[in-house]
Amino acid sequence: MVNRTIAPVIKDAVEFELTLPPYRQYTLSNGVEVFAIDLGNLDTLMINWVFYAGNCYEEKNMVAAAANSLIKNGTSKHNAFAINEHFEYYGSYFNRACNHETADITLHCLSKHVSELLPMVSEILTDSMYPGEELDIYKKNKQQHLQVSLKKSEFVASRLIDAYLFGEEHPYGKYSSLEDYAALERTELSNYYKKYYQHGRCLIFVAGKLPAGILEELEKNFGGLQLRSHRAEAEIPDHRILPAAQKKYTLQNDPNGVQGSIRIARNFPNRHHPDFQKMQVLNNVFGGFFGSRLMDNIREDKGYTYGIYSYLVNSKQESALMISTEAGKEVCAATIEEVYKEMKLLREEPIDDEELQMARNYMIGTLLGDLDGPFQVAARWKNILLNGLDENYFYEGIRIAKTVSPEELQALAVKYLDPEAFFELTVI
Amino acid sequence: MIQFDRFQLANGLRVIVHEDVSTPMAVLDVLYDVGARDEDPGKTGFAHLFEHLMFGGSVNIADFETPLQLAGGENNAYTSNDLTNYYIQLPAENIETAFWLESDRMLSLAFSEKSLEVQRKVVCEEFKEHYLNKPYGDAWFKMRELAYKKHPYRWMTIGKELSHIENVQLSDVQHFFFKHYRPVNAILVVAGNVKTAQIRQLAEKWFGDIPAGEKYIRQIPQEPVQHEVRKLEVRADVPLDALYKCYHMASRTEQGYYVAELITEVLGGGGSSRLHEALVKEKKLFSQIECYHTGSSDKGLLIIEGKLIKGVKMADADKAIEEELEKIKAHAIDEKELTKVKNKTESAILFEDMSVMNRANSLAIYELLGDANMMNTELGRYQAITAAEMLETSRQLFDPNNSNTLYYYSNN
Repeated sequence: MVNRTIAPVIKDAVEFELTLPPYRQYTLSNGVEVFAIDLGNLDTLMINWVFYAGNCYEEKNMVAAAANSLIKNGTSKHNAFAINEHFEYYGSYFNRACNHETADITLHCLSKHVSELLPMVSEILTDSMYPGEELDIYKKNKQQHLQVSLKKSEFVASRLIDAYLFGEEHPYGKYSSLEDYAALERTELSNYYKKYYQHGRCLIFVAGKLPAGILEELEKNFGGLQLRSHRAEAEIPDHRILPAAQKKYTLQNDPNGVQGSIRIARNFPNRHHPDFQKMQVLNNVFGGFFGSRLMDNIREDKGYTYGIYSYLVNSKQESALMISTEAGKEVCAATIEEVYKEMKLLREEPIDDEELQMARNYMIGTLLGDLDGPFQVAARWKNILLNGLDENYFYEGIRIAKTVSPEELQALAVKYLDPEAFFELTVI
Repeated sequence: MIQFDRFQLANGLRVIVHEDVSTPMAVLDVLYDVGARDEDPGKTGFAHLFEHLMFGGSVNIADFETPLQLAGGENNAYTSNDLTNYYIQLPAENIETAFWLESDRMLSLAFSEKSLEVQRKVVCEEFKEHYLNKPYGDAWFKMRELAYKKHPYRWMTIGKELSHIENVQLSDVQHFFFKHYRPVNAILVVAGNVKTAQIRQLAEKWFGDIPAGEKYIRQIPQEPVQHEVRKLEVRADVPLDALYKCYHMASRTEQGYYVAELITEVLGGGGSSRLHEALVKEKKLFSQIECYHTGSSDKGLLIIEGKLIKGVKMADADKAIEEELEKIKAHAIDEKELTKVKNKTESAILFEDMSVMNRANSLAIYELLGDANMMNTELGRYQAITAAEMLETSRQLFDPNNSNTLYYYSNN
């Protein structure tokens, strides 16, 4: 009989050789760069157009998000229905997303249909009309959606903590109101579109088992547009980060609420800072995954919450270390106290070898899984490139995960896990 | 085409291996043939609470998470009304760690009082987070009770009420484990960078000596055919009126299931779907509207759910939905729309199958439904559906005597 008390021998994650499969880079006639990840064995394709059109370029709140969302709601040749129907007829997914620096459109499709789909994307990037009726529907529906979201403590808490960290005027901290939607004007969206999409700075990611001729297709459909290289000269908006003066907040959002949404967060330097990747290791031990200290203590020992996590916010100018949980109303104070206790422990005692080994192996093992597939590799490259980094950042991260010492992590805890530096918010 | 090998251990455990050398990872998936539909009406939410207890230590391994994380792995689990599924993903070299962990908790749990005490609280917080502390969070509790009178689908996987979870005793836990968590009621799927011969040897080594257990024969009351129009009105402190309509549909392996799936795509799949185009864009009665189904093993529900534009009367909104349903009952859909929903289905299947974890999960579920190879025949079944079949099924589905309607009014 097998002895079940002895764990099977494992290959330590530090022995895994992780490589980030390279991209091939091409430049279209108009200077737009294409980053191609040719991987995988399935006939599925992802194409991602990234524009420097995020909300840090807008002069009025919600214009960037609306211009992004409504980009597919009508051209001079096709109305919103016809555009949707075209993408859906070929079983493809056409998605939009507006972030702080960039805004995306993404096409997922079967490779066999790509030639039918690219002309419509090209039309959207040259001829989007922003029909007034579409905007009216958008405004009304977004307002209604916002009214529902505002009843959720977690939604309210997530908005407010960002405002405390970065300031209500900063693109990372500002948030939507019913009035913002009401004030949106068609000409504002059209002008934003012209400047940041039609003539915008753009780069393209294409990933999958790339079909023959895909680059010619991209050239044919996008090489002649008035898009510019993402490296082209541009005015980069300068937004100052102005954290709130007050650190602690409690808010009663729903008189019948049975849980509190807790956010505890501090400002943290961006990915270019030498502490960033070390902090990712410390964060892993602290609250980065299911086996972390916060989860172990506050969920698995105390049962105060269904889940508690900490993470480094993925933003370019500046990051934040965020602790986030929903806990029973009557145990919110106790939960917050335990979070600070865990910070104190990390400041006062070095992490023991087994726990650190576990965090290292977990990070490397899950990274191996995260790189499994062409879309995942493309996402990794995108994050590296958009943050102004290169592959050295990736390999340095692995080196740090494998070698950072308990002493270094303790020093990091002393430097950053200082309760005085944290904002603290409970929304019930 | 998804290739796989299949064999069975002497204790009845069914094993499926799917080799994929293109990934450095492996997935080990264990599916137990038990879900919320197997619960006692007085002890609902138990199958799901039990899933939490599976992480509270097994007979020889006090801590499930630490060794897995040391092996560079991660894991999770879910419970539905039909089944419970546990999965581990880790570097393929360390696959034996997954065998060790999963087989020990199939052998026996530690049945710790402390774990039960903590997980009761955790599940109560999960209940609050997802259903009590959310606007419209109770709508599904009400819909299920309206639509099902006999079948255990009338309660939610999370449970009917908090007290059922609070009252669970350790003896309930032991009884449930030895009734349902036996090799004879389980399916093991291993997928990724592995070899069948290697998996056969590991399966024998780690799972081979676990007592077979008794085959669980499911005897649950089936839902009688509905012969009446059912309506319910509620009021709650929510910002907007909402409307829910649901209809009994075919069980997972019947032809009617596949037809209903395409009908939900016609009505609610994306920006060019009928309900969105007619009711959000043209008539501006709803700010959002969806159509989907529960995907249940037994006879499930097809649901239409929307939030009304402020000022629109519930009766008018309802009537407008009915008009769309009358159209799909009166006229066969044209070739273009039929091709669209089939193309969408093809694409959805291919994208879902990209991840080795999804492939493992699907193989386990199809094996539970009768044959893992259904994974390879599903698309063909969708592609063979005709407009005439969709017309016929729409007429049965959207018969008013098969309808359950919930008017969810805002107090504001």
